Amino acid sequence: MALNAKTLPNEELFYGHKACGGCGGALAIRLALKVLGKRSIAVIPPNCMSTVAFIYPHMPLFVNGIIPPFAATAAVMSGVLAGARALGEEDFHVVGFAGDGGTSDIGLQSLSGSIDRNDKQIFLCYDNEAYMNTGIQKSGLTPYGTKTTNSPAGKNIHGSTSPKKRIFEIVAAHGIPYAATANVGYPEDFLMKLEKAKNCDGPSFIHVMAPCPTGWQTPSDSLIDIGKEAVDCGLWYLAEYENGEFKLNKNPKEFTPLKDYIRKQGRFSHLDENDLKHIEEERDATWARIRRDWVK
Amino acid sequence: MEKLFVSGDEAVALAVRQAKPHVIAAYPITPQTIVVERLADYVEDGSLNSEYLYVESEHSAMSAVIGSAAMGARSFTATSSQGLLYMVEGLHYASGSRFPIVMMNANRSLAAPWNIYGDQRDSLSQLESGWIQLYVENVQEAFDTTIQAYKIAENADVMLPVMVNLDGFVLTHTYEPLIMTDQETVDKYIPFARYSNAMNLDDPVNTCITAGPTYNTEFRWQQQLATLKAAEVVDSADKEFGELFGRSYGGMVEAYRCDDAEVILVTIGSVTGTARVVCDAYREAGKKVGLLKLRCARPFPTEKIAAIVKNAKAVGVLERDISFGFEGAVFSDLNSALKQQNVNVPTYNYVGGLGGRSISKENIAEIFDALLSGKAEKPLEFINLRRDINYGA
Repeated sequence: MALNAKTLPNEELFYGHKACGGCGGALAIRLALKVLGKRSIAVIPPNCMSTVAFIYPHMPLFVNGIIPPFAATAAVMSGVLAGARALGEEDFHVVGFAGDGGTSDIGLQSLSGSIDRNDKQIFLCYDNEAYMNTGIQKSGLTPYGTKTTNSPAGKNIHGSTSPKKRIFEIVAAHGIPYAATANVGYPEDFLMKLEKAKNCDGPSFIHVMAPCPTGWQTPSDSLIDIGKEAVDCGLWYLAEYENGEFKLNKNPKEFTPLKDYIRKQGRFSHLDENDLKHIEEERDATWARIRRDWVK
Repeated sequence: MEKLFVSGDEAVALAVRQAKPHVIAAYPITPQTIVVERLADYVEDGSLNSEYLYVESEHSAMSAVIGSAAMGARSFTATSSQGLLYMVEGLHYASGSRFPIVMMNANRSLAAPWNIYGDQRDSLSQLESGWIQLYVENVQEAFDTTIQAYKIAENADVMLPVMVNLDGFVLTHTYEPLIMTDQETVDKYIPFARYSNAMNLDDPVNTCITAGPTYNTEFRWQQQLATLKAAEVVDSADKEFGELFGRSYGGMVEAYRCDDAEVILVTIGSVTGTARVVCDAYREAGKKVGLLKLRCARPFPTEKIAAIVKNAKAVGVLERDISFGFEGAVFSDLNSALKQQNVNVPTYNYVGGLGGRSISKENIAEIFDALLSGKAEKPLEFINLRRDINYGA
């Protein structure tokens, strides 16, 4: 039975927290725990989500939880898994909820190590495209042209100038049993992928876009729409890597106007026509490449 | 009793096998590597039934055992020098969350300048990390202390990580006779029970949490009480070990020929063995010298040290460590302890054995001579310093 709004369990395992209104990260965790269930152990490095989930005595996370060192989400997951296995535990899931920086920058070494160990654990990267917890700084997954508090937009520099690291492909290059991209704006696709990760017999990785109204300077009720639009305008793709093969889950015939997506967000308000042209070219090059390589 | 001839590294691995940790995660680094190799051999040959994790760094090694201990499983790791420093963030997670991890550290110099040989600047730089720190003198003590470490760490009133320090090469790579303990008695000495603060799949627990200004001090106060409590447990664990196995080491400190000693030299680790020989020779010659072997640097044995040295005319502290711009870390602690206990004895700091340089019997004899003569002047001296180098102005 496919997971959807009707079949998803009603029990909430992450609620009563102090995340901002319309937080994509909180929604990603809430949905993930509904799929993975109460016998989960959540490893959440220092990021917005651990900040709102673990401030003693305010404990809104209703599964086992631990804050690992920032660089070591996946290594702590490995230890938790090994400890549980050694103690004879069965029927449980070890899941990590790391942000874009906690995955692609400081957390990359231990993520790589855990895949090498073939540990049965689910690493979920909720990508809001900057270090939001510390006040919106550029990460390795911040897209071209983003204005952040350490990549300011002015006369000389138009915000962050590097493209997003291809973290999904970096992870896939390990030969991981299951990896996927997802978007909270496409929840049924996300739930399907969580279910696959849950049933995967080895390491799995889900890279889910989780818009951040605070950091993106968008209205807090725009979370789902803006996430969906990122996919529809081609700046985010929904894909899987399974049995050594890439697969596109959605291959739009045409994209919605990129400009509409960009102009809704304060973080891009400084971008000029040349910037938009650059972003469009990069988008088209990416799609040309993945359509060529991933579509049979 | 089985008698073996093994190196310090091998002795630690043998002790770990008897302690039967559920999880081992360690990253190789000279001169600790043999521990990692031997434990892998034991897992391979089936004599040790542990989860053995290949980790990508010491930071991940420490993080992995934080994870396994958080799950309530007995855990072991080992490191040295740069590796210990790479773990530092995790050291505080482990102690602050009260995870009773046991770690062997092969004491080794820190870069730069690069050097793989022994001194104690690595572990002594981590006195503030919240770990119980034990130092051993020889291969047998390395073995015995590794087993004792679990007894101390897992004590219900302690629940703190323990670092067992062996001098790099001098102990890790030196072969000495080892009397094995029998497995059945070890099992009785350190029976395992899943940790009371562990995560629980049937009744979820959050750990390594955040505590803001409203509660942080109270967490720290409890940590301080537990670490102070560990002082008693280091003693009692050693005493009980002695009753079961016939060997004990004085607990926190060993006073060697100190009863009527006019001068006492404080030593840490393997140099104690050399100092014993000199001490014996001086006693033969009628000179009243004694040794105070510091076995436990955290918690610090304040009252014990004060009681041992209070009637001495001079106390020297010989350490393979320096806090630049001040003095050796152990010397500072000793002075503070004596002040706290109202013991007023002149104290002198001897820094030596850095980067693997040997500390000879002659070096120790010179220290005793200076202390006995009443002419020791400098509060801090680098011993055995080369004079054939032009150091400039």
